[in-house]
Amino acid sequence: MSADPTPKKTPLYDVHAALGANLVDFAGYLMPLRYASETAEHRAVRTGSGLFDLSHMGEIFLTGPQAAAALDFALVGNISPMAVGKARYTMIVQEDGGVLDDLIVYRLAAETYLVVANASNVAVVRDALVERAKGFEAEVDDRSDAYALIALQGPDAQDILLRYTDAPLPELKYYAILPGEVAGVDALIARTGYTGEDGFELFVAADDAVGLWNTLAGVEGVVPSGLSARDTLRLEAGMPLYGNELTTDTTPFDAGLGRVVKFEKESDFVGRTALAARAEAAAGRRLVGLVARGRRAPRKGYAVVGPDGTPCGVVTSGAPSPTLGTPIAMAYLDASVPEDTTELAVDVRGRHEPVDVVALPFYKRS
Amino acid sequence: MSVPEQLRYSEEHEWVAGLDNEDGIVTVGITQHAADALGEIVFLELQQGEGDTVESGETCGEVESTKSVSDLYSPVSGEITAVNAAVVDEPKVINDDPYGEGWIFKVKISEEPGDLLDAEAYGKLIEES
Repeated sequence: MSADPTPKKTPLYDVHAALGANLVDFAGYLMPLRYASETAEHRAVRTGSGLFDLSHMGEIFLTGPQAAAALDFALVGNISPMAVGKARYTMIVQEDGGVLDDLIVYRLAAETYLVVANASNVAVVRDALVERAKGFEAEVDDRSDAYALIALQGPDAQDILLRYTDAPLPELKYYAILPGEVAGVDALIARTGYTGEDGFELFVAADDAVGLWNTLAGVEGVVPSGLSARDTLRLEAGMPLYGNELTTDTTPFDAGLGRVVKFEKESDFVGRTALAARAEAAAGRRLVGLVARGRRAPRKGYAVVGPDGTPCGVVTSGAPSPTLGTPIAMAYLDASVPEDTTELAVDVRGRHEPVDVVALPFYKRS
Repeated sequence: MSVPEQLRYSEEHEWVAGLDNEDGIVTVGITQHAADALGEIVFLELQQGEGDTVESGETCGEVESTKSVSDLYSPVSGEITAVNAAVVDEPKVINDDPYGEGWIFKVKISEEPGDLLDAEAYGKLIEES
């Protein structure tokens, strides 16, 4: 949604180009879609390790004695009870409950929080945080350009990273963060990700990105992986993508993520009234998984149809699943579709292809 | 980007080989440019099989990759004499060798194809796209 027609480059752009990546404009950044085979990249993350450039993501800092209170008001999550070194998956919504973005909030110090926003929404999130932090003793600072974000994901990620850091990674829990040195570079090391695998996200100074990337990419078995693999990985893991499953027309409840809305917190928060009404209302549309029986993949925007051929939902994401070997999709079903429905069809360019309706996720690591 | 000199091309990114063959049977595939743009091809569907006829410029199947799907158009008119079962089984072969092992079908042409591009014109087309 950038008004700027010239896409930006991350600090790793030259590295991607030298690797022969297929570079595409994504959320205003030239990002690697794939380096060679996206399926091989996907499999590397499931079975070994993959390396991702996520420097397009936004890093927004909130600091000050009332930073926690400001976030409690600005976001749907309960931020103030978080211990230093912990992370939370949360959302920022409009007054009407529509999702502006899904976020990860890290508590870095007593009065310092890092909010990581999707690239396409950085400006929206920053502006909303600035607006909502007014009246609190808290300062909002968008440092997205100063930071690069490199993710090492997959079952081998910890063993590989331990070769380059003394940080106590085995003690670092999922959704936690600690500062440390990796390959001689100061980093914030987070055990978070968007792949359904164990893995780490490393926040480093933009100038340190190339050195760190080259060190990790030089390890045998580490496969540089692009946005295409990232998308199929997160789809298999049933994780929502902003712009697909989440939009300003969607509440967290629609997406099956009502648990992130913490009504129990004492403070008021933007969207509380609307979301409380939505939580009380009869179930609306719901997000489900679809597994195609044939080989043609449901894609974003395709209609889900009932036995009589009438539309009863819409596909939000879909692709052939490298792990399952069949096409999978996420879709919103209308409230009128009975809960116990196990079979529907998707209108794939004029042909109704049968699909099984399943619970998410499609893939869970063992 | 490889654009072999001896082939002819459609604007929909199919290639045709063997237009000078005396038996009138040509081989059809999709170009490396198209295969690269699609990404790894995971599914190839042909609407027609051996013995069926295809019309130049008409849809005759679809090519699906992880990220997208695209229609396959026949660049010539005639009767299909062979379908490459190997690429139907393992479509990734098209990415690996689009002009060789990745051929898709053969057609005994029924009329002289009209507006196919030579390598130079096709090269220019993909440069501008």
